[in-house]
Amino acid sequence: MKRIHVNEEYCIGCRLCEIHCLVQHSQSRKIIKAFKEEAPRAMARLVVEEEGPLSFAMQCRHCEEAACLEACMTGAMHRDEETGAVLCDEEKCVGCWMCIMVCPYGAIQRSLIGRSAASKCDLCYGNETPVCVANCPNEALIFVDETPSDNGAQ
Amino acid sequence: MGISLKTSEFRIERNEDRCIACQVCVRQCANDIHAYDAEDDWVYSDETNCVACHRCVTLCPTHALTIRRTPLDFRENANWTAQRITSIYKQAETGGILLTGMGNDRPHTIYFDHMLLNASQVTNPSIDPLREPMELRTYIGRKPDRVQVSRDDNGQIRLETKISPQLTLETPIMFSAMSYGSISYNACLSLARAAKKSGIMYNTGEGGLHSSLYEYGPWTIAQVASGRFGVHPEYLQAAAALEIKIGQGAKPGIGGHLPGEKVSAEVSRTRMIPEGTDALSPAPHHDIYSIEDLRQLIFALKEASNYEKPVGVKIAAVHNVAPIASGIARAGADYIAIDGLRGGTGAAPTIIRNNVGIPIEMAISAVDTRLRQEGIRNQVSLIAAGSIRNSADVVKIIALGADAAYIGTGALVALGCHLCQKCYTGKCNWGIATQDPYLTKRLNPNIGSRRLSNLIRAWSLEIKEMLGGMGINAIDSLRGNRDHLRGVGLNQVELDTLGIKGAGQS
Amino acid sequence: MRYVMIGNSAAAVGAVEAIRQSDPHNPITIIADEPHHTYSRPLISYLLGQVVDESRMQYRPDDFYERHNVETMLGVEVSNVNTQDKMVSLSGGGTISYDKLLIATGGKPFVPPLPGADLEGVFTFTTWQDAREIDRYIKDHRVESALVVGGGLIGLKTTEALIERDLSITLVELADRILSATFDRTASKLSERILQRAKVDVRTGTTVEEIIGRGARVDHAVLRDGERINCDLVVFAIGVRPNTGLISEDAGIEVNRGICVDEHMQTTAPDVYAAGDCVEAYDMLIDACRPIAIWPNAYRQGSIAGSNMAGVLKTYDGSFPMNSIEVCGVPTISVGITDPPRDEDGYEIIDKYDRDAQIYKKLVLHHNHLVGAIFVGDIDRAGIYTGLIHDRVDVRPFKEHLLSGNFGLISLPIGYRKHLVVGEGIEV
Repeated sequence: MKRIHVNEEYCIGCRLCEIHCLVQHSQSRKIIKAFKEEAPRAMARLVVEEEGPLSFAMQCRHCEEAACLEACMTGAMHRDEETGAVLCDEEKCVGCWMCIMVCPYGAIQRSLIGRSAASKCDLCYGNETPVCVANCPNEALIFVDETPSDNGAQ
Repeated sequence: MGISLKTSEFRIERNEDRCIACQVCVRQCANDIHAYDAEDDWVYSDETNCVACHRCVTLCPTHALTIRRTPLDFRENANWTAQRITSIYKQAETGGILLTGMGNDRPHTIYFDHMLLNASQVTNPSIDPLREPMELRTYIGRKPDRVQVSRDDNGQIRLETKISPQLTLETPIMFSAMSYGSISYNACLSLARAAKKSGIMYNTGEGGLHSSLYEYGPWTIAQVASGRFGVHPEYLQAAAALEIKIGQGAKPGIGGHLPGEKVSAEVSRTRMIPEGTDALSPAPHHDIYSIEDLRQLIFALKEASNYEKPVGVKIAAVHNVAPIASGIARAGADYIAIDGLRGGTGAAPTIIRNNVGIPIEMAISAVDTRLRQEGIRNQVSLIAAGSIRNSADVVKIIALGADAAYIGTGALVALGCHLCQKCYTGKCNWGIATQDPYLTKRLNPNIGSRRLSNLIRAWSLEIKEMLGGMGINAIDSLRGNRDHLRGVGLNQVELDTLGIKGAGQS
Repeated sequence: MRYVMIGNSAAAVGAVEAIRQSDPHNPITIIADEPHHTYSRPLISYLLGQVVDESRMQYRPDDFYERHNVETMLGVEVSNVNTQDKMVSLSGGGTISYDKLLIATGGKPFVPPLPGADLEGVFTFTTWQDAREIDRYIKDHRVESALVVGGGLIGLKTTEALIERDLSITLVELADRILSATFDRTASKLSERILQRAKVDVRTGTTVEEIIGRGARVDHAVLRDGERINCDLVVFAIGVRPNTGLISEDAGIEVNRGICVDEHMQTTAPDVYAAGDCVEAYDMLIDACRPIAIWPNAYRQGSIAGSNMAGVLKTYDGSFPMNSIEVCGVPTISVGITDPPRDEDGYEIIDKYDRDAQIYKKLVLHHNHLVGAIFVGDIDRAGIYTGLIHDRVDVRPFKEHLLSGNFGLISLPIGYRKHLVVGEGIEV
């Protein structure tokens, strides 16, 4: 199962991941339209943490033993059989925020656009590569099957 | 401030229809050119300090930015150009030496662009590098005067002559000396990894060798410069070759200069100097005042390395480079690296960079000719440096007499450098010529080393194509083979110095 | 090999999904007294408040039982468990034998023995059926005012649902503040004010003495001090007790306040497991066992029980109370020990109260380990604190950063940060 690997050593804090994630989850999926016209603006599904020169993007880890799956009281959180990703059925979600309460990575956010629903990474469902990975200019985010033990040194 | 003219050299054009105020440019500019106004939700730019490094242009997700040169227009004056005028303003302000980075940007004749290569047709068929083996492998080191062999009991041939230690290069290109301090650790790591991957060497420059790079020792040339920064026994043992730096093409006659802003804790530890202090190497080595002193140092290093490594000498290309090189060869060096007028630097006085030295094309020709005349050409390998910009330059400089080429600026450009010439400020937006942790992260060694080895691979393929086109299948056949070159737009003195004919002459 | 489960909610579903990961074939039978497909119990207040309709109540897709090869006996009550013969008896007659049994009977609402508690219009509120009946009663009798007895979590959710129905509501709580078991004084006060702004009449420090009817239906209630509260509807939301009535004294299953289980969720009877609200399991913060009736725990316990039942050994390392509820649109989260006793030492409080924004954040430390947290108004990334509580992290290296706006994984020491993530194959 491919997962997003985060290298804090190479994150330059540009937040292009955040921008493209937002566009990917916008209505038009076109960057200029998503920013200038859509209101309310779509939400990025990742959180960029920054302190001094250290920064990295944190998105849902799609854990094998996912606390949010256990906590979800409506069954909106479910696992996609093909990719193994943990997805939230935003129609079923009622915004009780139990998932936010239990996610140790703080990877889930409240989406208040229209109705309340939990908002989190969906591995860009349907894309071969998540857009954050594809657009990171410094390969701080890579999409791999397992942890490279040497930070991806080639 | 007062009456000082402070104007921006560049204008930033922002296409407001495309700008989404995402603030990537704001976050990425090390010179704080762009800013975001939350009230009006727009990004605006103050171009005064813009250096045209193109970081913002490259990362803008909607390609909304471009940079234009907008020099303030003075009355037309071919003699007092705007640059000469503003230099005086700056010196009247500061009373100091004006510094710059990278190589000479003045429009002196570029001899590479006046030399053209041959191709074989009809009388001597060209060779197809995709079908036939093409030997680019090059050995750097002293070659013996003669080779004695014998046959053993099994009839196998055995070499009797003891060969001096050699460096093996898979292609006649190496990464030139760039010190840790002038460039970031990530840049050094990229160079080391790429050298290993491509089967060539990289050079530590005068910054010493960071302890975590010792694993790349077999692909490292360790430089011993006049400041002796970072020189200790393990350093000498770790490398594959040692290089005494007498001079550098960008600033012949003076020593190295690393501004204190770039001497971080790690740099300080590697160089063995106090943190935050300017690292100034003296102009001469204070123990080398004659050719005999140089010979002493060469052999001291050979003793220290047990005669197992080639010891070379790097000089700047100056007027009497030929006799200097001859002396160095006779002093026992295994190779001579010559750095020409256009050589790059992290920091040098602009006036020296632009006005001192001679082009590498001339220097290599002169040295190669002189050494051949003296019958000692085999005693040293010649390495040419000083703005080798593409594979054709490599072929041409080898044809003029070099064994291999050092690339410095070319390597940095592969890493992302945009030649803004502000290396000495330590604010390299591409993470190359800086020690600022915010900026050094921008150079991911995985990406950097990949780009560098891609460059070497691309040039090697092109060299093979050119060699094949010339009808030769080994780089040895190109070396010093001036007949493969013809000059265009050169006068007779230039043609004679280069030792080549004019185009059209057979 | 037959698995039998009594119960059809979070714990049972957790067990089914865990069993089927390693054992796709052996039959599973679910026996449940409620007639519905497994549904999300917490959604009943959303249903009553008409925020969701019946079609959204299901906890799992329609084909859940079919795909997981589960036989269901819904609307069937179990009257007894015979651990000697490994059989359960059904109220309507008949027995079902088991090889492995899971008791996941959940909780039973507590109804105080008050005069008038049996009148029409007096309800408890813990099942889908309750929601339907209250809804019908409101419509049929044009209910205008309601009395909610109990200012805990269920009482609060009930109140919210009834606010959505435009009823005039009085909320009565015995303690001197609402949510006394969940929040501290400040958070309780904040919640009370939010309810008051929504025109709820909040009465603390008192209780209902008597309910008076007109005819067979409820008309008003009388409080301890004699005051009369008009109400057409009364909902008792005082509390829920583990539903252990089906276990007889001689069954060999030890029951305390809830069914006692070990770290494999096994009871004292062999091959009998228990999970969910009916259980008393290990609370790691107080180092003792007690019922912790919350949805995430129920699912996790069920999942662990199921694994163990299928022969895959898993350990339950314990849990602690945690709740996420919105009070009239204001999000709140409480985790662990939120109001430590004043007279015990070792506790330290770090808090931040922004009166203008009405945001309250409080952290409880015990000997430099995070043991509790309250968030009112701003619950962003609260789970990070839950993780710190669970992993018993010594917070000294980053104590000053704990409530900074920037707090996140980035504030944690790099070693812990990598440890936190590395098991999932991702390195930060």
